Amino acid sequence: MNALITARGITKHFGATKALDGVDLDVFAGEVHVLLGENGAGKSTLVKVLAGIHDPDDGTIERNARLAVIHQELALVPELSVAENLFLNRLPRRFGLVDRAAMRRRAPELLDRVGLRVHPDAKVRDLGIAQQQMVEIARALDQDAGVLILDEPTAVLTGTETDRLLEIMAQLRDNGVGLVFITHHLDEIQRVADRITVLRDGRSVGVLGPRATTRHMIELMVGRPIDEQYPREQQEAGEPLLRISGLTRSGAFEDVTIEVHAGEVVGVAGLVGAGRTEVARAAFGVDDYDRGTVEVDGKPVRRHDVQAAIRAGLGLVPEDRKGQGLVLTGTVGQNLELATLANRDPRRLREIADRLRVKGHVDQPVRELSGGNQQKVVIGKWLLADPKVLILDEPTRGVDVGAKVEIYELVNRMTAQGRAVLLVSSDLPEVIGMSDRVVVMAHGRVAGELPKGATQDQVMALAVQESTA
Amino acid sequence: MTTIGTRKHSVKRFLAENGALAGLLVLALVLAISNPAFLTAQNLVNVGVQAAAIAILAFGMTFVVVAGGIDLSVGSVAALAAMVGALTAGPVGLVVGALCGLVNGALVSYGKLPPFIATLAMLSVARGLTLVISGGQPHETDELVTFLGSNLTPMLPLPLLLMLALFGVTGLVLTRTNLGRRMYAIGGNEEAAKLSGIDVRRQKLWIYALSGLFAAAAGLVLAGRLSSAGPQAAVGYELDAIAAVVIGGASLSGGVGRATGTLVGALVLAVLRNGLNLLQVHPFWQQVVIGAVIALAALLDSLRRR
Repeated sequence: MNALITARGITKHFGATKALDGVDLDVFAGEVHVLLGENGAGKSTLVKVLAGIHDPDDGTIERNARLAVIHQELALVPELSVAENLFLNRLPRRFGLVDRAAMRRRAPELLDRVGLRVHPDAKVRDLGIAQQQMVEIARALDQDAGVLILDEPTAVLTGTETDRLLEIMAQLRDNGVGLVFITHHLDEIQRVADRITVLRDGRSVGVLGPRATTRHMIELMVGRPIDEQYPREQQEAGEPLLRISGLTRSGAFEDVTIEVHAGEVVGVAGLVGAGRTEVARAAFGVDDYDRGTVEVDGKPVRRHDVQAAIRAGLGLVPEDRKGQGLVLTGTVGQNLELATLANRDPRRLREIADRLRVKGHVDQPVRELSGGNQQKVVIGKWLLADPKVLILDEPTRGVDVGAKVEIYELVNRMTAQGRAVLLVSSDLPEVIGMSDRVVVMAHGRVAGELPKGATQDQVMALAVQESTA
Repeated sequence: MTTIGTRKHSVKRFLAENGALAGLLVLALVLAISNPAFLTAQNLVNVGVQAAAIAILAFGMTFVVVAGGIDLSVGSVAALAAMVGALTAGPVGLVVGALCGLVNGALVSYGKLPPFIATLAMLSVARGLTLVISGGQPHETDELVTFLGSNLTPMLPLPLLLMLALFGVTGLVLTRTNLGRRMYAIGGNEEAAKLSGIDVRRQKLWIYALSGLFAAAAGLVLAGRLSSAGPQAAVGYELDAIAAVVIGGASLSGGVGRATGTLVGALVLAVLRNGLNLLQVHPFWQQVVIGAVIALAALLDSLRRR
């Protein structure tokens, strides 16, 4: 069988940095080929070289099929309809005007190929992110793309949406499309991969088969044996530091009670939309609530007042790193000092920066850091403020394996010093592996609590339970 | 990253931050060669005096722009403050300027108006009030204000000194005060600033008040120079102030900007005007050239950032 894409010895420099160093890659028709590697390993550069956006400094690429890249930031026009987006650069025309009838006739067939049931006249803006991805995939397929490159498509999807995407990918594969799939989620890889090319520091360090173990993948990726993916060091639980009681905001969450003790990590699991982030934000004073109380170290915290929450000893690492966590125009130092401007301490700032092992200088623009290092900066901001309770909302989303473990070590260190952590996470192995107890939310309520050592099935059983309200 | 990479990086960063300075030097060089009158001490001092009012307005504007806003009212507020100063006393003018800024800030932070709209309204209100209280007539300034516009010695005009002093204050506020650091945070990402415990609304009050205060100072300097406060003084100056800030490398989307950049930006405008006069370019064409330079500066800036 002929390869759709054959790349040999691809080398690419950016200035003095070698982004790619002699990488080989084949993509065959009818396979899902996973590109795996930490942030900065060269995946994105490789994709850009394959797509012809960058020319390689060295090496050859043979393309025997059209190639389409689906980026995380979708290339759709939100204000136009689904049909118009499908035919964006080649709208069918009649008498020089756009032929809407023809567009509407042809759109359903394209949408069927990706199993998307939306009206062709619906505005793209009104679709969910998963549906938008499908529109873009359908458009790529209509342009006879033989190879589809999916750059972290699942990072923005919920569990069921991801399942759906993986199904479609399997279908496309069976129809002879070659897929290149980039993801940080190892379980997804195990579900769809036919081959896995692992990149590290711009080099291809191995090609694995579909039955590769998680441990094997991680060790290749980070280049050393990993002792423990979730190195939680449990502490003796002390006094309750955070007590959320009966917290209610109609339409968002109902009678939520969560207690976190000194030295403890309490996980909050649940499906997207279960109200976890809403509770976290309300407890931190970002949004208001109707009823209930939030107490830190036995003292009630004024509602809807972030400054009061911080004074009481709370901190929040929000789920949207770039949108809510970072000042992207600032430097590492500027971001670290954000929460402690009133009593700035340059010496401690440097100390925290060192402890975080953020690659780069405190004067470096934070924009230039990888996702993992950026997240460490957001967490570092709170380490400087030294809160009694830190709320982490999806702290490792889009973060590579190495940085993940470093973030877990920071959590361990906090609890070892008698602080408490509330860990909101959609990553089931993480929330189970790092928490001492797991609170599961469903439909805005606490559906139940599980002790250390709960299984994913137990968590899911609580998370998907029918609403009793 | 290797040392070579870092060094290349820092060169690029230096250019990105000091492109306007390079432009100013090139401009000055061209003028010095083409007209000997440019490089005389007296002419340079004149340029400095001409730059002073715009620069002081632009310093205040820098605070607002770094914090992600805009202040269209500075020209009118300058005129109002100067007129109040002429009719009562100079310091009262400063207070009125700061109050105008506070109103802007309140409309933006508590009224949730877009800064463009809030300050556009103030532009009209302040100009109108200036006309009302002056009866449409210019008024002579008192000794104190006239002193602000005078020369200590022939080569040492006070407006120039005030500009440099306020330049220092601006730099200090931006880099060394909590308010300054918060401006960058608010302009860079207001949500992140809020979630880090910064009281964004209250900070905005102070930021716009500072802009109003600087506008008032500029108005007094301007009036002092003429020994008279005019009801139509400083019309359109807000646009020059914004141009100076942008030429200086600040981003209108917020989070980026420096005092040095703004000073250089104001000097570029003043040198350009002076040079075009020396070269006897018709005033109508001067506007065309200045507009083109603003576009060019912004264009270079956007290319550098890519």
